[in-house]
Parts: sequence; C-alpha cells; structure tokens
Amino acid sequence: MATSVLANDSQKFAELQKVIAQYKEQEGALMPILHRAQEIYGYLPLDVQNYIAEELGIPLTDIYGVATFYSQFTLKPKGKYTIGICMGTACYVKGAQKVLDKLQEVLNIGVGDTTDDGKFTLDATRCLGACGLAPVMMINDQVYGRLSPDDIEGIISKYKDE
Amino acid sequence: MEMVKVTIDGVQVEVPKGSTVLEAAKAANIDIPTLCYLKGINEIGACRMCLVEVKGARALQASCVYPVSDGMEVKTNTPAVREARRVNLELILSNHDRNCLTCVRNQNCELQELSQKLGVDSIRFEGESINYSVDDFSPSIVRDPNKCILCRRCVSVCRNVQGIGVIGANDRGFNTIVSPVFDMSLNEVPCINCGQCILACPVGALKEKDDTQKVWDALNNPELCVLVQTAPAVRVALGEEFGMEMGTIVKGKMVAALRRLGFDKVYDTDFAADLTIMEEGTELLDRIENGGKLPLITSCSPGWIKYCEHYYPEFLDNLSTCKSPHEMMGALLKSYFAEKNNMDPSKIFVVSIMPCTAKKFEAQRPELSAAGYPDVDVVLTTRELARMIKEAGIDFVRLPDEEFDPLFGDSTGAAVIFGATGGVMEAALRTVAEIVTGKSLENVEIADVRGIDGVKEAEIALGDITIRAAVAHGTANAKALLEKVKSGEKEYHFIEVMGCPGGCVNGGGQPIVSAKEHMDVDPRLARAAAIYQEDRNLPIRKSHENPSVKRIYDEFLGQPNSHKAHELLHTHYVPRKKY
Ligand code: SF4
Ligand code: SF4
Ligand code: SF4
Ligand code: FES
Ligand code: FES
Repeated sequence: MATSVLANDSQKFAELQKVIAQYKEQEGALMPILHRAQEIYGYLPLDVQNYIAEELGIPLTDIYGVATFYSQFTLKPKGKYTIGICMGTACYVKGAQKVLDKLQEVLNIGVGDTTDDGKFTLDATRCLGACGLAPVMMINDQVYGRLSPDDIEGIISKYKDE
Repeated sequence: MEMVKVTIDGVQVEVPKGSTVLEAAKAANIDIPTLCYLKGINEIGACRMCLVEVKGARALQASCVYPVSDGMEVKTNTPAVREARRVNLELILSNHDRNCLTCVRNQNCELQELSQKLGVDSIRFEGESINYSVDDFSPSIVRDPNKCILCRRCVSVCRNVQGIGVIGANDRGFNTIVSPVFDMSLNEVPCINCGQCILACPVGALKEKDDTQKVWDALNNPELCVLVQTAPAVRVALGEEFGMEMGTIVKGKMVAALRRLGFDKVYDTDFAADLTIMEEGTELLDRIENGGKLPLITSCSPGWIKYCEHYYPEFLDNLSTCKSPHEMMGALLKSYFAEKNNMDPSKIFVVSIMPCTAKKFEAQRPELSAAGYPDVDVVLTTRELARMIKEAGIDFVRLPDEEFDPLFGDSTGAAVIFGATGGVMEAALRTVAEIVTGKSLENVEIADVRGIDGVKEAEIALGDITIRAAVAHGTANAKALLEKVKSGEKEYHFIEVMGCPGGCVNGGGQPIVSAKEHMDVDPRLARAAAIYQEDRNLPIRKSHENPSVKRIYDEFLGQPNSHKAHELLHTHYVPRKKY
C-alpha cells in the first residue's frame, strides 16, 4: 500500500516535493503544506502524510493529529462532484433532512462518503448563506434552492451522464 | 539557587525560583490533585484538575504549570476551587468506562484515587459515550480507549522521551481519541513495545498483554517440565507490588514465591547474562582485531532492537549477533538441559519473568527457536508475576529467602548490573580488560558509565588499545547518539543501548509509579542503587569467573563464538518498514 499513491502519479508527486521544499524551512510549515497537498491529491492519504512526516522529520502522528483536528482536511478521496446539503437552521426547518435522506438513497452512500465510481461525495454543511432559498444544496459551485426530495433524482442524473 | 517566598493556604514556604505552584504546595505539605501532570514528562496543563486560586489572577490557574513568584499568595482549598475540580472530575468520569472491579489498575489508579479523595459520590452529568473496540493485536501492549482520560502522558513519553511518537491525540471535540494513525492497531505501526506508555498512563487504558493464564495452564499440565528464569531488574522492584519500599532487594523471596507457584526449576537470567558477556566480549575483540564492523552495539534490549530495525536499519550490521540473555537461557534449557535430563524439548516450557513488555514480542520472533521450539514460551512482566503470587495467596513479605537452583542459577555481580543503564558495558569491560591485559582488574566499578545522563562516554586503555565506549538509554538518546556516529562526529568501538530510560530497572513491565511518587523518587535511580548494592553483595563480580559458565563451555559449547555457540546463542535482524 505504501508509496502507491505517490508512485501512481509522478506529476503530482513532483508538485508535492516542490511544495515541501518551498515551506520546509519556515516556521509553521505544516498547515500550508497540508493545504497544498490536499489541493494536489484531493485528500490526505497515509502515503502523502507519511512522506511529509519523513521530509519534515516529525512523527506521522503530529501530522495526522492536525489532519483530523481541522475539518477542512479530509482523509478520504473526494468525488468529482461534492454535494453539500445545508443542514443550517433555516434549511432544516424547511425539510433538509428529507432531501438528505433522498440523496443518501439515490447515491447509496452516507454523509462523508464517496460513491464507488468516484463521481459524488456527500457532505452535510452549515448555513450556506442562502437561507431565502431554503432548503439549499450545492454541487461544486452550483447552488440549488427550494428543493424537494422529488427534485433530487433529476438533478443527480444530469451529473451522472456528464 | 535563587529562592522565592510564597504563601500557600496561609503557610509560608521558600522554594527555588522557577518552581511551579504545585511544587511549592508540596513543600507546604499540601497535596494538590493532578491527572495529566507527570514530572519531567508531561507538563501541559490540560486536565485542569490542579486548579488553585492565585491572588490577583483573574481565573483559577493550573498549578502544575503556573510558576511561583515572590510574595505570591495561593489558596488551594476554596469553595470555587473545590467545585471546579469536582466538575472537571465528574466530566471525565461521565464518559469513562467505570468498571473498576475488573480493571487491571483497580487500587492502583490515579483516577480512582482522585475520585475517592474528592469524595465523588454521584456524577451529575450522564454523558454519551462512544464504545471503542479494544486494541489487543500487539503481543505486548493492550489499548483500551474506553478507559482513556486523554491526559496525553503516553503521547509525551512516546514522542519526546522515546523519540518515537506512534500514538497521538487525534480528531477533535467529543470524538478526540489517543490512538495510532488511521485507526491502526499498535501492532501495525512502528511501536517498539517498550511499554513506557503503560508506565505513564494514570489509568487502565494501556496495559501489558496478560499471559498469566498460559503459565497457570502450563503449571497444571503434568506432561510439562516448567522452568522459570528471572531478569536482574525484577529482584529490585517486585517488592513494590507488595508494599515494600522502592529499592528493596527481594531476590530470595522471589525465588521462594516461584517455587511455591510450582515451577520445576527456578533459574536466573543472570547466568545467561554472564554468558552474554563471554560471547559479546569475544565478538567485540574479534571485530576490533579483524577489522569487523564497528561500533559494536549491544543487543540485549528487544525494544532497542525493534527501534533499530524500524528507524536505523543502516546500523543492523553493527548490532551484536548475541541473542538477549533470556533467549540464550531458553536455547540452553531446550538443548543442554533437555539432553542432560533425557527430555524431549517439546516437553520443556520456559517462562521468563522480565521487567519488559518488548520481550513478549521478542519471544515470538520465529528466528529465536534454536532447538526447533521457541527458546522461550511465555514472558511475564514483573507486574504479572505479582498478580500470580497474589492470586495464589502467597504472603510474599513473610516468605523466607531461598536460593536459585544450581548451574543455571549461578551468576556474578557483572550479570546483575545488566539491569541498569551502563551495566552491560561495565560488565563487558570487566571481562574484556582481563582478556586483553591478562591481568586482574583492581577496581571493577566503572563510574563513567553509571547514572542517568542520557548519553555517557568512557575511554578505557587496555594495553595497546584504548576502547572508546558510549552508553545511551531511552531511544531518543539512542537516536541522538546514532546521528553523531552517522555524521562521523563521534567514533566508538562499543555502544550500549537500552530501550528504556534508566535501563531495565525502569522497563515497561515494572511496577507502576504514580505521578505523586514521581515527585519524590526517581525509580531509575532508586532501583539502580539496589542493583549496584547487589553487585557488591556477590562474591564473584566478573562474568568469566562464573564457574558454571566455564562448565557449560567445557561440557557443551566449546569456546565463546564456537559453531555451537553461534547456533544456539546468536541471531540476526531484519529491516522493518515504518508505515
Ligand atoms: S481506569 Fe481506574 S477508574 Fe477506570 S475502571 Fe480502571 S480502576 Fe476504575
Ligand atoms: S510501547 Fe513504546 S513505542 Fe509503543 S506506543 Fe508505547 S511508548 Fe510508544
Ligand atoms: S492512554 Fe492513558 S496516558 Fe494515554 S492519554 Fe489515555 S489515559 Fe492518558
Ligand atoms: S440555513 Fe441553509 S442556507 Fe442558511
Ligand atoms: S492541568 Fe495540572 S494536572 Fe492536569
């Protein structure tokens, strides 16, 4: 398992090396490196974290602790489309839970998971600042408002076929 | 030393500048409750059990990290302080698996003691709790996150004292857990099984893998000849489990207890330590004379060996090929002893009583089975032996002193000092000096390699050669030393490494010393003092003068490093990955 993610894509690996070289000597290098690593790989798998640990000469647990502490980091690969269904108060009151249930049913995954084909990741988010349109979800940058569970299948199928 | 005056609960004390309020309170005979604090190891002010009122400070302060200043006034026992501590404790207890009766730390637990001391009679918050699975895949260490109070003492010792860091505080908020990465077992990460985390843990969240049942079963099996051996460090610590003072030598009582438990023979790993000196001393001289790989590094500590395999594979050829002493003993019991007594080695069951959790892992190494069976069948820690003695109803403190069984129970002062950092080096030099110079050493005590400095050095002139030696204990110190050797900054002939800080006397299988006791005594020193006392008590203090060791060579092994010695007493190592 080790090194596979790194070896699979030499271009990404070269980028990671560059990032580490850029920040290595700076104080507080870890956060920016983790951010950039996540941008490169889409998530922070074991191999990537371990490589960073070796390069910075710190225990892997130091990195893993940070990666699991901040919610902006993810340890699992993200799908091509990240669906963020808002669970903020306004959306919740307007039935977001039912929409979420439907999403889970249609995609056949739980919150935080990614479909096997790597297309969709399902996240529950805080208020997206579009309460007037509640209940709201976002698929990547696209906002969908005034949702009802019945809309879901149609919306998802559009992305599925892309 | 600059002193400052502080008033604690109306009592004025003078303490060195830079002391904490906790230390100052101690000087005023006031015992402030603590949980996350472990002197010199974990001083992070995380649990807030040690809160006090400092005059002029806005909020209550954590006394374990709050420095004193001249004229400071502190109150440790106000209603606000009591309530705050109480709430903290109840919060910890509210999601703690409180099954004390079946817990390994029952009556030896800092959380339990605190709960009793603060008079907790009910818990106001009945919190949710996550039910974690227990990680018991490692042959040495068991982790039970349901009992973890997130004090991070284990994290600090593993990361900072051992220089390893395979456990950390992960996730956040309610989900925070102290664990290895990616939900792995300790068995899947580069943990060296040293057990220092167990010694640091205030509760039952970390413990040794208990193998006592295997030993009870063997003792009950009429087909088996069950032989036991004890490491040097056990005899200076076992008494603590029965309320005796730290540093009491209980060799005779320990032997008596083992006989009463039903072992067929009670042998001394010290015999094999003397044998190790013969083998390793010969190996050292051979490498020096014939241009072999130097520095030679000792191999008695299985925690250190695993560390080297994971973290410094480039030094594997420097390691002595000698098995650790108890493995040598096991190999001899299943060969020489079996032949002499006309027994099939499969009917011989060897139990090692060790101060060490790493030796449980070591005993499972497939290469350590010279006679076709594992050299050692079960390793029990000092703590597990104490448990068996208690379960058998043996009144340990009143036992008479008894002697080890002959031959494999015969040893010297050189062997017993294996239990303390520097001891293997000192023992080896006692013998090597006489081999090289042909003259008897007048002063056998080598002060330079004693004590608890992280890295110790000595130069010993022996005729034409001057042996440059270094000693490190605790793997973080070993790391620092190896880096210097690697860079060429330092050159040595011979290095001793013990995986645990202080050496085996402070091994991960030894009696647990609470944070409170740690403020008064240092087990690395108190137990080592007993080790050196025992050395002085013994009539013979050099390994090569052990008559029984001579006999084994005459009758069975031939010469040190002979073909037969190599087959039975030596081994090899494998590089291991980290993740
Ligand atoms: S860890 Fe301590 S308080 Fe918790 S169950 Fe064990 S003995 Fe009781
Ligand atoms: S046994 Fe040693 S290496 Fe393993 S987790 Fe505990 S302290 Fe760390
Ligand atoms: S396992 Fe023990 S030492 Fe480690 S954080 Fe938990 S309670 Fe503290
Ligand atoms: S609550 Fe959903 S957008 Fe504000
Ligand atoms: S904060 Fe002082 S003992 Fe934990």
